[in-house]
Amino acid sequence: MTKTMTGAKIVVQALIDQGVEVVFGYPGGAVLPIYDEIFQQNKIQHVLVRHEQGAVHAAEGYARSTGKPGVALVTSGPGATNAVTGLTDALMDSIPIIVLTGQVPTFMIGSDAFQEADTVGITRPCTKHNWLVKETDKLAGTLHEAFHIATAGRPGPVLIDIPKDVQFATGQYTEKSKRTSHYNPQMKGDIDTITELARAMETAKRPVFYTGGGVINSGPAASQLLRELVEATGFPITSTLMGLGCYPASGDKWLGMLGMHGTYEANMTMHDCDLMINIGARFDDRITGRVDAFSPKSKKAHIDIDASSINKVIRVDMPILGDVAHVLEDLLKVWKANGRKTNTEGLAKWWKQIDEWRAIDCLGYEQTGTIIRPQHAISRLEALTKGYDRYITTEVGQHQMWAAQYMGFEDPNRWMTSGGLGTMGYGTPASIGVQMAHRDALVINVAGEASWLMNMQEMGTAMQYRLPVKQFILNNERLGMVRQWQELLHGERYSSSWSEALPDFVKLAEAFGAKGIKVDDAADLDDAIQEMIDYDGPVILDCLVEKHENCFPMIPSGKGHNEMLLRNAKTQGAITATGAVMV
Amino acid sequence: MSALKIKKGSSSHSAYDLRSHFSDVIERHTLAVIVENEPGVLARVIGLFSGRGYNIESLTVAEIDHTGHRSRITVVTSGTPQVIVQIKAQLGRIIPVHEVHDLTVEGPSVERELALLKVRGKGDARVEALRLADIFRASVVDSTLESFVFEITGTPEKIDAFAELMRPLGLQEVARTGVAALARGGDSIV
Ligand SMILES: Cc1ncc(C[n+]2csc(CCOP(=O)(O)OP(=O)(O)O)c2C)c(N)n1
Ligand SMILES: [Mg+2]
Repeated sequence: MTKTMTGAKIVVQALIDQGVEVVFGYPGGAVLPIYDEIFQQNKIQHVLVRHEQGAVHAAEGYARSTGKPGVALVTSGPGATNAVTGLTDALMDSIPIIVLTGQVPTFMIGSDAFQEADTVGITRPCTKHNWLVKETDKLAGTLHEAFHIATAGRPGPVLIDIPKDVQFATGQYTEKSKRTSHYNPQMKGDIDTITELARAMETAKRPVFYTGGGVINSGPAASQLLRELVEATGFPITSTLMGLGCYPASGDKWLGMLGMHGTYEANMTMHDCDLMINIGARFDDRITGRVDAFSPKSKKAHIDIDASSINKVIRVDMPILGDVAHVLEDLLKVWKANGRKTNTEGLAKWWKQIDEWRAIDCLGYEQTGTIIRPQHAISRLEALTKGYDRYITTEVGQHQMWAAQYMGFEDPNRWMTSGGLGTMGYGTPASIGVQMAHRDALVINVAGEASWLMNMQEMGTAMQYRLPVKQFILNNERLGMVRQWQELLHGERYSSSWSEALPDFVKLAEAFGAKGIKVDDAADLDDAIQEMIDYDGPVILDCLVEKHENCFPMIPSGKGHNEMLLRNAKTQGAITATGAVMV
Repeated sequence: MSALKIKKGSSSHSAYDLRSHFSDVIERHTLAVIVENEPGVLARVIGLFSGRGYNIESLTVAEIDHTGHRSRITVVTSGTPQVIVQIKAQLGRIIPVHEVHDLTVEGPSVERELALLKVRGKGDARVEALRLADIFRASVVDSTLESFVFEITGTPEKIDAFAELMRPLGLQEVARTGVAALARGGDSIV
């Protein structure tokens, strides 16, 4: 069935048909017809952000916490260029979002018109796909296809650039029907290789599951199957930053996060294992450390929906292209059908070894005196919020790593952080996106004071839409992670890594109409956190912490997993000249 | 070890060997990439090569099916076996790419390129140029009293050789199309 309507109406109708409930956006000349249509309906709520970067991160937070695609709407030119960081962030972390941009009318394209930018050109390398729609008749089909592309296979951001005359003109609306898209990624894995992996699992003496964001992107069934697999086999499991929550942190097979700031036991297990089963992770350089020293003795299986992730960095023996849930289902079936065997003797020894590594207590710290240790602040936040329906977002830096280390995630979609791009300024707008999707949940952004300032204007959005997001700022008055690297490899020359002239965060909160709390004494920490939780509205908690704390364990760049620096490590000269060129 | 078959979309038989061997040997591969003929598709392919630091030795593109809106891009690239597999997988991720074929590994193939060469000269050099053109089966498509434009088709190596011979005889200008390639035999990939 087709109906005739304006392009602007087609946009809104397509969003409604796709089940969109919230759009994060910011108006401007080139999207006014769409805003006019949004005004005249009440199925979709529009959230007016304060900066287009915020709209995209909010859409990411919404997507990551719901499993549904997030939508952002921005104007041409500066609106579109402001969206670029968010698009790149979503591409790196495989987050399904749809960004709609206005464009100057088709007859002005190429004339350097006011607020014209080559949006599809600029965003081509930072989207999974993008379109410039020049005919109103093609708008509906393109929008429906955009939702399919964003969510199918390895998810990612897509962008549709819509010239203003296309929004005004009338055209045919086609409904979200049976798709004709040629983009239908393979979901089932190759059964022969799955069988080979099942066999390898039967004999492995030192196996490990190395899981990542792909488990979460595959959906709740994937996390469920993973849990079943871990319980049935008794194999240890670790996860990347992006995968936290796919297996419960309270589970006894859980080793904690791995990688540059991962736990000693997780990294040593990876290094010494004889069978590594990578499920939806991509051997990122934060994970592998020095590639030629990476898990030298293991056979490696890799389950991934993206063929380009397989053998990109690390050569694997058992490549399985497919969706995590589909592959795990088959793997479990085959392994069970073959008699549910594992090498119990080998495993017992392996766990004994792992327990010795665990006994190092790599995350141990001492909280003495009044100065709050950042690790303690996060541990208390964890303890006091655990019982709540809780979602955590973060900014980027030491605080992000401490949050990953000291908070425990029991379920997927509860942890939103910028992994691949490491975008300071992600957390505040992401928390807004999460809270829009989960109005009654406790949503906390664990922030550093420097990152937080990068998108602090979004406090205005939180106020306007009564989103009680909690901004938990670990304030070390430093670009802490930068300072740590300067200590480690630039001879303690702290070049521009101070946060000087910081605002009074309490007054800042009040200026927005939010609640501000400041705490600088360990004795008052719990009360401050509880006050933050209990307040029915947005809060900024300025938590002043030890300024010179380093984040450990740390695999210095250019080193292998078994060369981790632990707390109290001698940090000078820890990074060699070859390591120093790496980031 | 068996090759893992990857089906991209509804089209058939694009197979990449995911169990690739890692070696340092630089190989030259000719890829046939069948794409949706839509705006920007060439930019996507070229942007992939420049963005990820892959080599392009030659690249040609033209629509091959007007009703089906398909274009065929022939890319000649070089890299280690691991990089070649990466290139193919990365090309496969581009949404309007329907199929990626590695003609170098899928069996014997023919590669041809067309070139136009302008040679300027008089007397013996001019006669010699004509004689060599005859040997190379190049034809004269334009001539004046002191110049020829030759048209030659063949492998890139043959064109290189011909251009090298023309250089001392007054070679002025060369225009080359880049490589077009097809698998030998009766089977077709599209
Ligand atoms: C947009 C952006 N610019 C620069 C960086 C580099 N960077 C990484 S961490 C960091 C310091 C962050 O400081 P803060 O937010 O206070 O966190 P802390 O490390 O002190 O906990 C910087 C500058 C980045 N990741 N993102
Ligand atoms: Mg800081």
